Parts: sequence; C-alpha cells; structure tokens
Amino acid sequence: MSTLLKCENVSLGYEGSVVTKGLNFTVESGDYLFILGENGSGKSTLIKALLGLKPQLSGEINFVGEVKKNEIGYLPQQTMVQRDFPASVKEIVQSGCVNRCGIRPFYNKEEKKLAKDMMERLEITHLANRCYRELSGGQQQRVLLARALCAARKMILLDEPVTGLDPKASNEMYELIDSLNKKDNITVIMVSHDMNAAVKYAEHILHIGGKQKFFGTKEDYLSSKIGKAFLSVMGGEDDD
Amino acid sequence: MTEKIDKLMEYLQFPAVRYAIIVGLLISLCSSLLGVTLVMKRFSFIGDGLSHVAFGAMAIATVLNVTDNMLIIMPVTVVSAVLLLRTGQNTRIKGDAAVAMISVGALALGYLLMNLAPKNGRTSANLSADVCSTLFGSTSILTLSQKDVITCVVMSAIVVAVFFFFYTKIFAVTFDESFAKATGIRSDLYNLLIAVVIAVIIVFAMNFVGSLLISALIIFPALSAMRVFKSFRSVIVCSVIISLFCASMGLLLAILEGTPVGSTIVAADIAVFFIFSIISMVARRGEK
Repeated sequence: MSTLLKCENVSLGYEGSVVTKGLNFTVESGDYLFILGENGSGKSTLIKALLGLKPQLSGEINFVGEVKKNEIGYLPQQTMVQRDFPASVKEIVQSGCVNRCGIRPFYNKEEKKLAKDMMERLEITHLANRCYRELSGGQQQRVLLARALCAARKMILLDEPVTGLDPKASNEMYELIDSLNKKDNITVIMVSHDMNAAVKYAEHILHIGGKQKFFGTKEDYLSSKIGKAFLSVMGGEDDD
Repeated sequence: MTEKIDKLMEYLQFPAVRYAIIVGLLISLCSSLLGVTLVMKRFSFIGDGLSHVAFGAMAIATVLNVTDNMLIIMPVTVVSAVLLLRTGQNTRIKGDAAVAMISVGALALGYLLMNLAPKNGRTSANLSADVCSTLFGSTSILTLSQKDVITCVVMSAIVVAVFFFFYTKIFAVTFDESFAKATGIRSDLYNLLIAVVIAVIIVFAMNFVGSLLISALIIFPALSAMRVFKSFRSVIVCSVIISLFCASMGLLLAILEGTPVGSTIVAADIAVFFIFSIISMVARRGEK
C-alpha cells in the first residue's frame, strides 16, 4: 500500500474565521475512509480543500504518487438545477471526460469507450439514452458516480451519496461503492453522517468537529470514547 | 393567396428587406444557442437586465451625440454582464435582486437622460416614439446598411464557432459547476465567456426586436425544446430550429401585414411554446 494523500496540520475556514483545525491524516491506496461530523463541523470545507477548490488557511495538503490534484473523481450533492436537466445519461457520463480533452472541442473514441465501460460497470448501459430527469434517485446517483469514475480512476470522493434515497436504494449504493473499493481497488473517501454505514464499510474513520476529534481504523474508533458517544447518538436513530 | 406571394416577392426586391431577413435569422440563431444554458443556470433574467442596460447606454450615447452608438453600448453591456455574474456568486446582493435593480435602474435613467437632452432637434413627440421603438424594436431593422449586415454575419460566425468549440465545456459547466471545477475546468472563465457572448448577442438583437423583447428570443425556444426533447444536444438543435422558424414566420407576417417585427416574432415563439407544451402533455399521458 502506498500513500496517496497526506494532510498535515491543516486549518480550514473563511476569511480568518477558523471552521476546523489541526487536521492530520493520510489516505492509503485502496483505503476506504469515512469522514464523519455533525452539520457545520467543516466537512464540506474539507471537501473543497481536498478538491483544490478552496485553499486551506494553513498546513499542507499533499497528493503523493499516482494521484494528482484534480484527479479525484467527485460525486457532489445533487443540486436543484440537475433534477430537471434535459440531458441524456450518456452525455452526462461523457462529461466526466471533459478534463481529458484539453482544448479539443469534442470527445475522442477512447473517451467515449471509457464512458461506455463505466456505464457498464455501474449497470446503467440500458439507460444510456434516457433523460436524466426521468430517472429515480438511485439511478441518478449511479450516473453521477459513473461520471466521477470517468474523471479519475484511482480515487473518488463522495459527498453524502445516499441523501434522499430510500433505504433499498441507499443499500445498493453502499454495496456498489464497496465493490468499487474491493474489486476495482478504487480509493474511496466518503463524507457522511451515516454511522451505520461507517461501521459496516469503513476501513478508517476521520471524525471532525471544530478540530480533529479522531483519526484511525474503524476498530479503534469503535472502542474510543468519542466513537461510542457518537454511535449512541447517531446510530440509535435508524437501527436495522 | 397569390396576391400575398406577389406582394412578398415585390418586397423581397428591396435590399433593405433582404438585409432585415438575413440579420433577423442570424440573431435568432445566436440567441437560441445559449438559451438552454441560461435557463438551466437560472440566468433567464440576465438577458432582460442586460437589454435594459444596453438601452441606458444608448441613451447616454444619444445624449453625448456619439456618432457610433456601439462604441458605448457594447463595452457598457459587456461590463454589466460580467458584474451581474459576479454578484450572482456574491452573497451581499442576491443575483436576482441585482438583476432587477440594474435592469429597472438603467431603464429609468436611460429614459430620464433621453428626456433631459433637448439636442438633435428632437420634439417630445418623436422622443416617445423613439423610446418606444428602442423598447419594442422598430422599422430601424429596415434601415440596415450593408456594413451592419456584414458586422452581424461576422458576429454570428464568431458566436457559433465559440459555441461549437466550447460545447463540451459549456455542457459540463451548465450541468454541474462544482464537479467541473473539481476536475480542473476553469468554470469562472466559461461563465465569463457565456456572459460576454450573451451581452454581444443582446446588443445586436436590440435593433431587431427591441430591448424589452430580447429575453423572449433567448429563452422561449429553449423552454419549448426542453418540454419535448431529452438530451442536451437535441434540445439545442431543436431550439435553434424553433427560433429560426419563428423568426421567419414573424418576419413574413410583419412584412405582409405591417405588424411590428419584434412582437410578431415573439408571438410566434409563444405559440410554439404552447404547441410544445401540449405535445409534452400528450406524450406523458401516452407513457402512463
């Protein structure tokens, strides 16, 4: 296993007001990292910093080896605009390749094939010509995941990927992500407050809230004080 | 019927009429291309705001007695477009409020300036006619010179070329700005590009349909096409076709019946919108 991402003493925030500080963690190749935290704990700011959309206040975020900046496949939270967007599934998945084009105006054969392969991998080939706005929530998430995989094959960052999905679709989504992690050896960073899923799937857990509260393996987290406290609050709500 | 055709043929003998048709079709083509992007990015009103800014700029140009209005109108409109997009991201004044503010502000100041300027031998009577024709488009479309037509052809060629060259990027930025940014697409740059192109189209379209009706030319074809078609590309192709069709119909009717050009074209666009809405309703019923 090699290290892909290293964060050293990172502070995040807006114009002087610190949202979260003292972040120290690493992501290994093939890792499955859950980033947990309550609303307002700085999760989304951390995502922006990892994606290079927003500079950190201090500290260093370094990509090592295989993954470069702008090479994380990103699955953002859905916006209102997207829900009624007139575009076919194929067009959306292909748009994941747009960063490969450079100044070339259209996709080449290789990129089209990549998009096709990804649609097959995520079992949405039969939807290729369907309109995005007519799909179910779970199908839409698969489309966006396929697009993310077109953009980067090594590491994906998922921002609350099951928001708004029914329990069955959420489960399928988690299983799919898990199989991408295990079978295709894709490094997964998932931002969530779904404790149950973290217990089931995570390898490492980063818990933030104003500062770094915990970073380590899932097993250590579950036996730690903060982990137990969080589990009793968050996990109790929707036991399965 | 034959009378009508004869009449039309007779009119087509005049170069001015031919110029008007060429310019009209080109402007409809350009304005329909970016319609979907503007509607989806919630920028529908930017066209409206900018056209009022262009109106205000024209008033300033008139008062200053500048020979070539474009020298003032174009830069002012482009700058406003850029500023409006910026405020859209800023939180102090929300995007829609900023557009509304700039739009009515420019309109009011423009009219005020035109009233205050007693120059050019204007009487108040033809001032209001003047204002009316800038707002709703006018016969000035029939006074285009060959130079105007060439400028318009070049401008349209550039707009179409830009659109094709950046098609995939425009799609990515329209569909999902944060994803595009995360994968290294400079979405701010493309937003800027979209704003500038829109500003240019609006300034050129002002002579054609008038500054109040430009938005209609931009958003109606897109909205109609979005009712029925399901992929981005087919929506764009369809809205271009709708726009060209409505512009031709509007122009023909306007020439034959002497109705105002701009309003006739917009009326045609509205009619098509209703037809497409009905089609989509029927299609949905059929699916169920």
